[in-house]
Amino acid sequence: MSMLNVFNIAGSALTAQSARLNTVASNLANADSVAGPDGLPYKAKQVVFTAKPVEGGGTGVRVTAVVEDNAPGRTLYDPKNPAADEKGFVTMPNVNVVEEMVNMISASRAYQNNVEVMNTAKTLMQKTLTLGQ
Amino acid sequence: MSNQIDTGLQFHQQALNLRAYRQEVLAANIANADTPNYKARDVDFKAALQGAVGGARSSGALPLAQTASGHLAGSAASNPAGAPLLYRTETQSSVDGNTVNIDTERAAFAENSLQYEASLTFVNQFMRNIQSALQSQ
Repeated sequence: MSMLNVFNIAGSALTAQSARLNTVASNLANADSVAGPDGLPYKAKQVVFTAKPVEGGGTGVRVTAVVEDNAPGRTLYDPKNPAADEKGFVTMPNVNVVEEMVNMISASRAYQNNVEVMNTAKTLMQKTLTLGQ
Repeated sequence: MSNQIDTGLQFHQQALNLRAYRQEVLAANIANADTPNYKARDVDFKAALQGAVGGARSSGALPLAQTASGHLAGSAASNPAGAPLLYRTETQSSVDGNTVNIDTERAAFAENSLQYEASLTFVNQFMRNIQSALQSQ
């Protein structure tokens, strides 16, 4: 049933896009976290999308990895901060807030597109069920 | 008479199957709009339907040769999945190797939905015609 596969495909995209949105939320929430659980400044995370065949045919999408951004964090002169080094500089997370906001809008739009695809497939399925009536 | 009904419905069945298959391909394109190196694909509907209705396998597939009378005939029933999947011509290239243009895909998706509904309407009308022919006056 081809039309049922549309649900699997769009569903996989919804999962992937929400994972991306979660990563953005995590990055934005930690944009000022000077120290993480390991004592080091928080590092921005990005998801990796890979096209993957879904059950029953068709190509869906999956998040295959969450990679850390290795760009150096921005430094801030704040001698009063307990995390400051001997020269008074604090290493902040390497989160670029503008980039994250753009990423968020893109993920949100992609999510909406896939919801639209699912709704269309649902309408068509319902019309098919009333065939010959 | 029953043969005519069968032939009439057969065409719409093939068309609906192909439309549903194309819908799946377009959904995959939209799902992978942000996947690096994903190449957008589509079905040449006209060629695929001609191949399906004509009984011959669509272009690209080789027919099964029968060299002796004892050989079984290859199944003439065309599988919509046997329709050749083509790659879409790129309009605006992106650095990550993705060739999905979301506007093109959405337009094609909406168009395909409408065509699917049109096929459904044809079948419904076909049924209604037969029913009215069967009714005694």
